[in-house]
Amino acid sequence: MSGLAMPKSDAETLGRRAEIVADMRIIVPGEGVVDTTNEMRAFETDGLTAYRQLPLVVVLPETVAQVSRVLKYCNERRIRVVPRGCGTSLSGGALPLEDAVLLVMSRFNRILAIDYPNRTVVAQPGVTNLGITNAVEPEGFYYAPDPSSQIACSIGGNVAENSGGVHCLKYGLTANNVLGIEMVLMNGEVVRLGGSHLDQEGYDLLGVMTGSEGLLGVVTEVTVRILKKPETARALLIGFPTSEQAGQCVADIIGAGIIPGGMEMMDRPAIHAAEDFVHAGYPLDVEALLIVELDGPSVEVDHLIGLVEAIAHRNGSTTCRISQSEEERLSFWAGRKAAFPAVGRISPDYYCMDGTIPRKELPRVLAGMRDLSEKYGLAVANVFHAGDGNLHPLILYDANVPGELDKAENFGADILRLCVMVGGVLTGEHGVGVEKRDLMPEMFNQIDLDQQMRVKCAFDPNHLLNPGKVFPQLRRCAELGRMHVHRGQLAFPDIPRF
Amino acid sequence: MTIFAPSTPAEVLSTVQWAAAEEAPVEILGHGSRRGIGRPLQTEHTLDISKLTGVTLYEPAELVLSARAGTPLAEVENLLTENGQQFAFEPMDYGPLLGGASGRGTIGGVLASNLSGPRRLKAGAARDHILGIAAVSGRGEAFKSGGRVVKNVTGYDLSKLMAGSWGTLAVLTDVTFKVLPAAETEVTLAVRGLLDDAAVAAMALALGSSAEVSSAAHLPERIAARVAAGHLGSDAATLLRVEGFGPSVVYRLEVLRNLLGKAGPLQEIAGEASKTIWRDIRDCMPFADGAARPVWRVSMPPSEAHHMVMALRMQAAVDAFYDWQGGLVWLSMSEDDPEAELLRGLIKTHGGGHATLVRASASHRAALPVFEPQPPHLAALSARLKAEFDPKHILNPGRMAPGSSSATLPQSTEAAAP
Repeated sequence: MSGLAMPKSDAETLGRRAEIVADMRIIVPGEGVVDTTNEMRAFETDGLTAYRQLPLVVVLPETVAQVSRVLKYCNERRIRVVPRGCGTSLSGGALPLEDAVLLVMSRFNRILAIDYPNRTVVAQPGVTNLGITNAVEPEGFYYAPDPSSQIACSIGGNVAENSGGVHCLKYGLTANNVLGIEMVLMNGEVVRLGGSHLDQEGYDLLGVMTGSEGLLGVVTEVTVRILKKPETARALLIGFPTSEQAGQCVADIIGAGIIPGGMEMMDRPAIHAAEDFVHAGYPLDVEALLIVELDGPSVEVDHLIGLVEAIAHRNGSTTCRISQSEEERLSFWAGRKAAFPAVGRISPDYYCMDGTIPRKELPRVLAGMRDLSEKYGLAVANVFHAGDGNLHPLILYDANVPGELDKAENFGADILRLCVMVGGVLTGEHGVGVEKRDLMPEMFNQIDLDQQMRVKCAFDPNHLLNPGKVFPQLRRCAELGRMHVHRGQLAFPDIPRF
Repeated sequence: MTIFAPSTPAEVLSTVQWAAAEEAPVEILGHGSRRGIGRPLQTEHTLDISKLTGVTLYEPAELVLSARAGTPLAEVENLLTENGQQFAFEPMDYGPLLGGASGRGTIGGVLASNLSGPRRLKAGAARDHILGIAAVSGRGEAFKSGGRVVKNVTGYDLSKLMAGSWGTLAVLTDVTFKVLPAAETEVTLAVRGLLDDAAVAAMALALGSSAEVSSAAHLPERIAARVAAGHLGSDAATLLRVEGFGPSVVYRLEVLRNLLGKAGPLQEIAGEASKTIWRDIRDCMPFADGAARPVWRVSMPPSEAHHMVMALRMQAAVDAFYDWQGGLVWLSMSEDDPEAELLRGLIKTHGGGHATLVRASASHRAALPVFEPQPPHLAALSARLKAEFDPKHILNPGRMAPGSSSATLPQSTEAAAP
């Protein structure tokens, strides 16, 4: 990670390391403080493994009071803090800093309450996403957002990143499924937002916290909505000679009023990589492959399968298989779910991007990617959450070839610029983190970024929580607070006035 | 007193810049359809955005619609209906309850007051469907947030921050919402004659089933007669709405019938009649009686709310009905006293939640917190946020919280200057 500038380490903090470690041991007694280089290695990176950094010290609190005391201590002494859940961020959101306490929430791993009549679960933030579903599955319920890391990622991290998943077109993102949180501010104050009721009083701070990437506060409890599991699910596997036809098919399905539980697209390189790997029976003579999954009562699913099949046919599909059993449905997904490791098999390394585009721009963006692929001399395979326009281009490279990582990163940045140019955004679900931080000005001007930083100033005026993430350059709150106003005339003297 | 009526975002910017320079508080006004909610404002000037209109982007296949903030909601909803789509969050119309006309209100106001309706239970509120905004902060800075795609985590979600901010942080100039297909078929199953307790149990059972109920309301005896022009009769009605494709609706109604057949007499209401009932529940028609008696909107855990109402009835005469599986309570006080402290105390002891005094005389609204008061740390955080966006307190000052509380906040940004 070539040119990534992180905030300059604070020499004074580094010099006081022994004292800080000792104080942390007082706040979090027992096994909760890790300070040897060897043991801290496990925490030096997250899901974005190109970046590594040992923290000042690792602290694993067990109680809200400990979290509060750690933050208050650090706030008073101007020590930086990087919060971490299970460390699965794909954008470097939990990348440590040399002079920062790494606050690891993994010991907050208990489900506190399950309330079926109100369909809520209260969980500590270190509980895994899948852990919530597992807890309520015996009663036929589940938690809908399902990021692909759901086995490992924590619900607290899901809140920080506003995680999505394959099913979010129909069931929403984390933000739409979280009812309340308890969090600790950098000054140690504990606040609750929402609860097990709907909507909150006052400003929608829960909405702001969700997806704030650990820069505003540390989540210590989460209340989520659970749903009854759909009775059944079936999928169609549809091949098209062109991505345009596949894209039109997606538009027509939605135009017919159908919101599938999942709708995924793969391009030719991704199809081939996946088929070679898992032998899912994917057609190899198509340019685009769609998986459309419908869930609900079987009478509904059967009805919609018929409609989708007809739409696919009208759009010139060359193959269309409909799952006749649960086993067959899972086999359709096997290739898609294995797409990342499959690409990992044909290339020493790959770099996963995460832009979102208006769906109709797909052919243009795919064509642009082909041009870029030639320019950089690197191959790219695409998997695509087709329903919501979220693209995951996988750039193939070899980190052992000098300069190739840089090339892959520049290629990725160009893809994201292309996404923004066609009306899309830099990240659909992986977050900005350190990875896309320096691309933020592609999407936002300085005034836009200033407003976001002012939110940061209200929560953490000293910029101590997870610095170096999200914002290309954090401006001092004092500087942001100044008003630049000019008394005098209106720029538009002809605005109607009464 | 000046009323500014800008018709472009640039004119809004220039107006707010002027107000910020003069430190002149302004009331942000659309159609004024919810002007009676919140602490009464005493501003010399008004910023009327009702001339800032027009749908700027609508792509049904992309499920996205953008409009200038002053665009009438009714106009946008007509456009969506023509295309078989809708705002799934079903924004309510406060007009009838507050003694005004129905069918008014702007699309910007929908977000600023975070409207929703009976489908909130399944589909969320305005906050869950907003994709992007453009706005002018109280500093006189035009900014944008979010985008026009449904999946986006780039930067802080300032669009959600605008939801329910009642014009106190920024003046919205543009909003982009996610839109969804309207259901092909809608049928409501009514269980008749249940008391509140049994109704709440029945609704929990229905929502915990695979019937995919999109709305669940309970109209106690007599209240039921106040919707749909009395067609429901006056027996208590516990209403479950099932929406979707025809064959699926038929099947799911059968699931509910099997589940609730023993609970009480069942009745099916289809099509327009069903739509009318839910529209009336959405708009709180049972209490839209032209009177000025206080009306509360209370959100609580569904299984707790009716216990709170029972406890309240020991000390005050109220009418109540329930939406959102029982979690949304509309309360109409029989006397002029809103009983704010009593009500809010009972909410706290019954699982928490919040109460908004949506209808009350100006004097009550001036004297009592219309919105749920926040615990000190949260109130201070909210005040700091307000100060970041509107340091001179020129946008709807005092509408959500008394101005004095924001005056006491530490002026961290100014005071911390080097």
